[in-house]
Amino acid sequence: MKHPLGLGDVLCILFFGAVVLALFNWSWQHAPAQEAIVRVGGKIEHRLSLRLNQTVTVKGALGPTEIEIRQGQIRISRDPSPRQYCVQQGWLQRAGQTAICLPNQVSIELPTATHSHDSLSF
Amino acid sequence: MTVSVFSLAPSQQDQYIARLACLGIVLSVVEAYFPSPLPGVKPGLANLVTLLALQKLGWRAAVAVNLIRVVASALWLGSLFTPGFFLALSGACGSLLLLGIAQYLPKPWFGLISLSLFSAAGHLAAQCLLAWLWLLPSQGLLYFLPFLALSAWLTAIVNGWLCQRLLEPHHASTA
Repeated sequence: MKHPLGLGDVLCILFFGAVVLALFNWSWQHAPAQEAIVRVGGKIEHRLSLRLNQTVTVKGALGPTEIEIRQGQIRISRDPSPRQYCVQQGWLQRAGQTAICLPNQVSIELPTATHSHDSLSF
Repeated sequence: MTVSVFSLAPSQQDQYIARLACLGIVLSVVEAYFPSPLPGVKPGLANLVTLLALQKLGWRAAVAVNLIRVVASALWLGSLFTPGFFLALSGACGSLLLLGIAQYLPKPWFGLISLSLFSAAGHLAAQCLLAWLWLLPSQGLLYFLPFLALSAWLTAIVNGWLCQRLLEPHHASTA
């Protein structure tokens, strides 16, 4: 019988397991956002505080988009875009999250404290 | 007209490296067609071959096997010099770097599972660094990272264990 698992192996498994757990902890620790930026056709339409429960409607290229804020979270609750991607994205609450209704040219973004890039292209 | 024949005699080691690299290429290509739940989540079976090379022939041979594998499988898949190729290359370099250090860990205690874990950690770290510096300089990667790390951790343990089993002398043949 060969040694299947040495002491060092056990230590390594535990150490790297702890690193994985720490990564999970670290990456979800993004601060909840304080405000949201609503853009229509690329231009900033509203800056909404997430502390105030409210429903806002903006007019996009296809029709009205309804944005709902409740308990520090924001979502797009109604949108005329055919595939409803932004509606299905559900509630957003952490800095850096976005929901984009491309056909209707409406987007909401929870800004991070610092912006390192103006734009990204692929 | 004269025909000049130039030949290099491959050593035993060269042939063994070529054989391992060949195995690695097959594993990489097969793996490329595996469905994957998340981009980047793969069993990493080709790393078995690198570990075997490290164990049997030393670190330099492992470097040769791994780099040949990355370049040749990219040729086969038609992905040479695409972003995916550079990600694979950086992952290979990162894992080889950490293997170069980890091979000096005291042997009876640290087996192939340890080596496999270090290799996976180097692979993921180098890949994410390149992806973050070059391809996706945004926060999105941050949300991916824990899942990639979890899958790397699991597959590294499985691969290390598999490699250990492969290197065990066969019970049947020794009996």
